[in-house]
Amino acid sequence: MSILLNKNSKIVVQGITGRSGLFHTQLCREYGTKVVAGVTPGKGGIHIEGIPVFNTVEEAVHYTKADVSMIFVPPPAAADAILEAADAGIDLAICITEGIPVRDMVLARRLLEGKKMKLVGPNCPGVITPGECKVGIMPGYIHKPGRIGVVSRSGTLTYEAVKQLSDMGLGQSTCVGIGGDPIIGMKFIDCLDLFNKDPDTEAVFMIGEIGGGAEEDAAHWIKANMKKPVAAFIAGVTAPQGKRMGHAGAIITGGKGKAEDKIRTLVECGVTVAMSPTKMGAAMQEALNTALHNTTVTS
Amino acid sequence: MNIHEYQAKEILSSFGIPVPRGRVALNSDQVERAAKEMGGRCVVKAQIYAGGRGKAGGVKLVHHPEQAQELGKELFTRKLVTPQTGPEGLRVRRILIEEAVEISREFYLSITLDRETSRYCLIASAEGGVEIEEVAQRSPEKIHVLTIDPFTGLRPYQARKIALALGLNGTVCEDCVELILNLYRCCLEKDCFLVEINPLVVTKAGWLMAMDAKMNFDDNAIFRHREYPDMLDYSQLDPLEISAGKYDLSYIKLTGNVGCMVNGAGLAMATLDVLKEFGAEPANFLDVGGGSTREKVAEAFKIILQDSDVKGVFVNIFGGIMRCDVIAQGIIEAASEVQCTLPIVVRMDGSKVEEGKKLLLESGLNVQIGENLGDGAGKIVAMLG
Repeated sequence: MSILLNKNSKIVVQGITGRSGLFHTQLCREYGTKVVAGVTPGKGGIHIEGIPVFNTVEEAVHYTKADVSMIFVPPPAAADAILEAADAGIDLAICITEGIPVRDMVLARRLLEGKKMKLVGPNCPGVITPGECKVGIMPGYIHKPGRIGVVSRSGTLTYEAVKQLSDMGLGQSTCVGIGGDPIIGMKFIDCLDLFNKDPDTEAVFMIGEIGGGAEEDAAHWIKANMKKPVAAFIAGVTAPQGKRMGHAGAIITGGKGKAEDKIRTLVECGVTVAMSPTKMGAAMQEALNTALHNTTVTS
Repeated sequence: MNIHEYQAKEILSSFGIPVPRGRVALNSDQVERAAKEMGGRCVVKAQIYAGGRGKAGGVKLVHHPEQAQELGKELFTRKLVTPQTGPEGLRVRRILIEEAVEISREFYLSITLDRETSRYCLIASAEGGVEIEEVAQRSPEKIHVLTIDPFTGLRPYQARKIALALGLNGTVCEDCVELILNLYRCCLEKDCFLVEINPLVVTKAGWLMAMDAKMNFDDNAIFRHREYPDMLDYSQLDPLEISAGKYDLSYIKLTGNVGCMVNGAGLAMATLDVLKEFGAEPANFLDVGGGSTREKVAEAFKIILQDSDVKGVFVNIFGGIMRCDVIAQGIIEAASEVQCTLPIVVRMDGSKVEEGKKLLLESGLNVQIGENLGDGAGKIVAMLG
């Protein structure tokens, strides 16, 4: 079953006529994703690659019953696109856009409170339920259907982890890229909660990085609530203080947000942490073995 | 994006927040003239993109214009090294000369992004003029934090609560309320990540004044502030970081000798981590980004090679969209252009991998292929001996 996306999800692409939007729409469709509509203000009425394009998300939802939006709208208008999707009745918005001003996201997040729409991103690679539905820019070929949930702040580092998992025979239920910005929609805890409740997910792999305190918050949540084994990798042990390492949210400020602190907290809360990015798959296997051993011992 | 203290003060002033009278000098003669204008007794402040200037001699009260000029001459020639600049220090290209102000009380006031709540928050403390992190450690009860709801904004009654908590009353208290509201307006309109006044003082004459100011702009918002790029002081930035910025590359210079080129910030950070694990020291962080062209890959490679500390290069590209033969072409093009004989290890995954590997191995460059992340890291370490 997985979380967030499945083979019945109907996708509308906001920004479908842009170069990136169209390119990735085509790749998603090749993977098997049901793209039912596109939205580009001013281009309503045309068809692109056989997909109907509308002026507004509201119209797209009305005519096609789309329930998920993939957002490729450029930064100046992206936060507005997120809010438009929420008002149009979309259940899940996945915003790929990198470069949205923080001020816009602070307001957007506030306006989403109390609304049913879930937001993943922005500045994220998207979400994929292997074998069923891909909404994003990740390479489909590295994923295998299975029972490991993956949640990550990164893009290509997630692919590295997924490849290691697939190579070890550990397929994935759903992979969620929550994005590299300081202000995002769903955080680690939100995804862990869904994985915890998902009967088709038996364990979770988490990928974090320097900056902020989301991994520490997740660690405490895991200790208190998580019923399934969790393994993790935290990037940026070698990152210098005070420098923004690519992602807008990847920065150690005032001594806070260091990788070592996140790793220590996760370990203290029972998470198996890979000490090398080459051993991420192995850490997941170790966490599974430990859980199996514990069940066998207690029974 | 960073700006200097004098620029932050100009902006605060435009939002109705009082700052000391001051002049910016670009050479020691201008320093002397400015000091005369201030009446001889004034404060000479080196303008650099880092704090901790005071202890390093970058902020001094002087009593005569000649003294100011001498200090100016000295500051303009040497690099200023503070605990925040790193051992190389920063050049001083501008000096702010300000009137000397008699101070009665000092406070700390800032508005910054709180990632925990995904909102802006106001931080105030009656302990001004010291590092806020120090106060947070020593006496957290002295710090007042107000999380601001973006719907309502910062309300006067909330600002008043803070002003009273700082121990202010009467006219100064109401002035402080006004100042706080203006500070929030400034933070939003200027798209700041952080706007900090430390110290905010009450002068002996009873006026509020921002004695020092720090402002950090959201890089993602620069597109809607056309004047920001012109405000940058390039002398404060690493030249390679500036070049990289022109090609929309994320580059940070580090201290080692293994150059790195990776696609994706998380993977780039992990690549630095794995190199360290294998006993190597990375020379840089570089995220070449997704969907890169041959030109961008070539420029990225050339920038890495401009760092004379680099003795070898590790390329780690996990593709999907990026075609590996295109990456290979970019590397070959750049390496040939600068006649690079340094050892290169390339690890690629994605489309056209075999074509990319073939191009590299037949290129005549000193290159090896890494089969996976660990294999690649091991190989570059071995090649560097």
